[in-house]
Amino acid sequence: MKNRMNLSTNRRSDMGEEIPIIVIKPMSGWAPIDLKELWAYRELLQTFIMRDINVRYKQTALGAAWAVIQPFFMMVVFTLFFGKLAKIPSEGIPYPIFSYAALLPWTLFAEGLSRSTNSVVGNANIMTKVYFPRLLLPISGVVSPLVDFAIAFVILLGMMLYFGFYPTENIIWLPAFILLALASSLGAGLWLSALNVQYRDFQYTVPFLIQIWLFASPVVYPSSLLPEPYRMIYGLNPMAGVIEGFRWTLLGTSPPGSLIVVSVVVILAILVSGAFYFRRMEKTFADVV
Amino acid sequence: MKTDIAIRVENLGKRYRIGQCERHDTLRDAITDKIKAPFCRIKDCLSSNEGNHDQSYIWALKDVSFEIQQGEVVGVIGRNGSGKSTLLKILSRITIPTEGTAEIHGRIGSLLEVGTGFHPELTGRENIFLSGSILGMKKYEIEDKFDDIVKFSEIETFLDTAVKRYSSGMYVRLAFAVAAHLDPEILLVDEVLAVGDAAFQKKCMGKISDISEKGRTVIFVSHNMNAVHELCQRAILLDKGRKRVEGSALEVINVYLSKDNSRSSVDLDKIPHKGKQKYAFLRKLTLLNGDHRPTTVFVMKKAFIAQIELECIQHMRDAEIGLTISSRYGTAIHYLTSTWEGLRGDLEPGRYNFEVRVPEILLFPGKYQVDLWALREGEDSDDIIYEVTYFDVVKGDVTGFPTTIDKYALSGCEVYTSSSWRIIEQKAQ
Repeated sequence: MKNRMNLSTNRRSDMGEEIPIIVIKPMSGWAPIDLKELWAYRELLQTFIMRDINVRYKQTALGAAWAVIQPFFMMVVFTLFFGKLAKIPSEGIPYPIFSYAALLPWTLFAEGLSRSTNSVVGNANIMTKVYFPRLLLPISGVVSPLVDFAIAFVILLGMMLYFGFYPTENIIWLPAFILLALASSLGAGLWLSALNVQYRDFQYTVPFLIQIWLFASPVVYPSSLLPEPYRMIYGLNPMAGVIEGFRWTLLGTSPPGSLIVVSVVVILAILVSGAFYFRRMEKTFADVV
Repeated sequence: MKTDIAIRVENLGKRYRIGQCERHDTLRDAITDKIKAPFCRIKDCLSSNEGNHDQSYIWALKDVSFEIQQGEVVGVIGRNGSGKSTLLKILSRITIPTEGTAEIHGRIGSLLEVGTGFHPELTGRENIFLSGSILGMKKYEIEDKFDDIVKFSEIETFLDTAVKRYSSGMYVRLAFAVAAHLDPEILLVDEVLAVGDAAFQKKCMGKISDISEKGRTVIFVSHNMNAVHELCQRAILLDKGRKRVEGSALEVINVYLSKDNSRSSVDLDKIPHKGKQKYAFLRKLTLLNGDHRPTTVFVMKKAFIAQIELECIQHMRDAEIGLTISSRYGTAIHYLTSTWEGLRGDLEPGRYNFEVRVPEILLFPGKYQVDLWALREGEDSDDIIYEVTYFDVVKGDVTGFPTTIDKYALSGCEVYTSSSWRIIEQKAQ
């Protein structure tokens, strides 16, 4: 199917009221991303995000504590095995805070990726019954883990106080790195959610992919372990730049430098191509899902 | 420029690849297809046979054109698979057409099921906002109408209870209450009235006519001819994806009903099912007379037998199989329900053949339709097929005395019940 819907929403004044005219017709090729329409549907996006957040810890005994438990115990395990036993260097920073500061953006990314990948298939029942810009689904999948992130971040602040790290002026870059983590997860999520509609194989690929990706990212080790020419290539992993940047803003490790430049370029490429691929595939979602 | 057009549809068509709706495509299939593709293309070039190529596609909708004025209520009728649902899906922008255009003047709302977007873990209050906003309402609109919605649904005390704890009746009431307060300029309604009890259906019908009285445009798809007749001024009859007739509701209904759709044995694989088919898939229906001969003509007060082949897909707790006998206008007359008659239990995956026997069918002479369903007791239909087939009932010896039942049947009576008569007082003059 190489057709898509072309929507031109004209406004015409009729009896004092504005009546939108929607033209539904087949068209082939790539569709532009309709930011105006996304903006018009911002309330629904908010609703989806709130739903995902509300549903997350319903009927759990520990509730939002789960947001902390997961990264915290990962940190404990990493500290024991990688920090104490394997003695992986951590740029002179206590290993617990070294790994926890990396686990935060990593968990934000991994949660967003897995939620957005399943977002389209998981909402098939709504998608086959009502129209809305399908892009809202992966976007809400990526944004909703921010709540968990915020809760886990409070623990990080406590750890920083305990280990005696005080934020420097670098901290103003923190929001930028959070945005980059969201953008990486949305970019990959757009590709995978659209592919998952057609091929359910991706449902099984993603958990596996996330596990491998974790060790391919500088979570348990610093990227400074790699010699310089390879560090540039390492930046092809978008999370490499994001995690190193995160540590730099909070703990004052070595700045990510060239790594972040490569990562930003890769993130933008994945995000833009993912958005266009998603738009191209979305017109057949309701028929295929 | 003033225009009164609400919807203009021109040469609308939708083509599906056969098998496109099949679930669980795998990457492997795609890869093998891609590998095969160049060879197929070469084969196509060599044979250059267009017709051959077309065989793997079906047109669910083809060359459909019509106009609907603002404020009109238009019914869309047709047999299963005639393209009604496809038309609604295109107009509500869920899927895109393969050819043709549709122009829609105004905000459009679609009601293709009851409870769109409901999340079982959320409370009634949360779901009102969730479903309302998915259906296209703004937050302030929902806030304005919140009290009305709660009142309409009659669930005040359970507002802060998770919807999964609701009875199915409460669930449907709340879901419809939200949908009924949707107030777009154009409303598309599909078969939602098929759920719930008679009183609730009446409430729904009332709400739809309220909406149309407010000058809203409504497109209404239904198998219930009474409802279409009652609500719609005009109707469109679709047949195999094409528009067959368009005109006054009564006219179109008569054309539709004059078609002979009776078949004693129906292969259900070929007609569209509603429901999720998570547990059960209805395969085949056969109608038989008392001698176990397939037939579509039954004699009053003689036996009516139906055999239903069903495939159980996964363990099905408290399975309930049912058959509805409705008048030709779609009003349900009898529900033949397995669990009511004591056939209850769980089904394991596999094929089953059920037989239901009515020892004496007490319908008046006329044409009746059959719907089939399968569900887990207390839940919504898991598989449901409307208008599977039709059958005729002819006059028989009902009372042992001569009757004029066939004449009375013409006036619209449908069910016979026996009565005994005697004179208890007589005064001579």
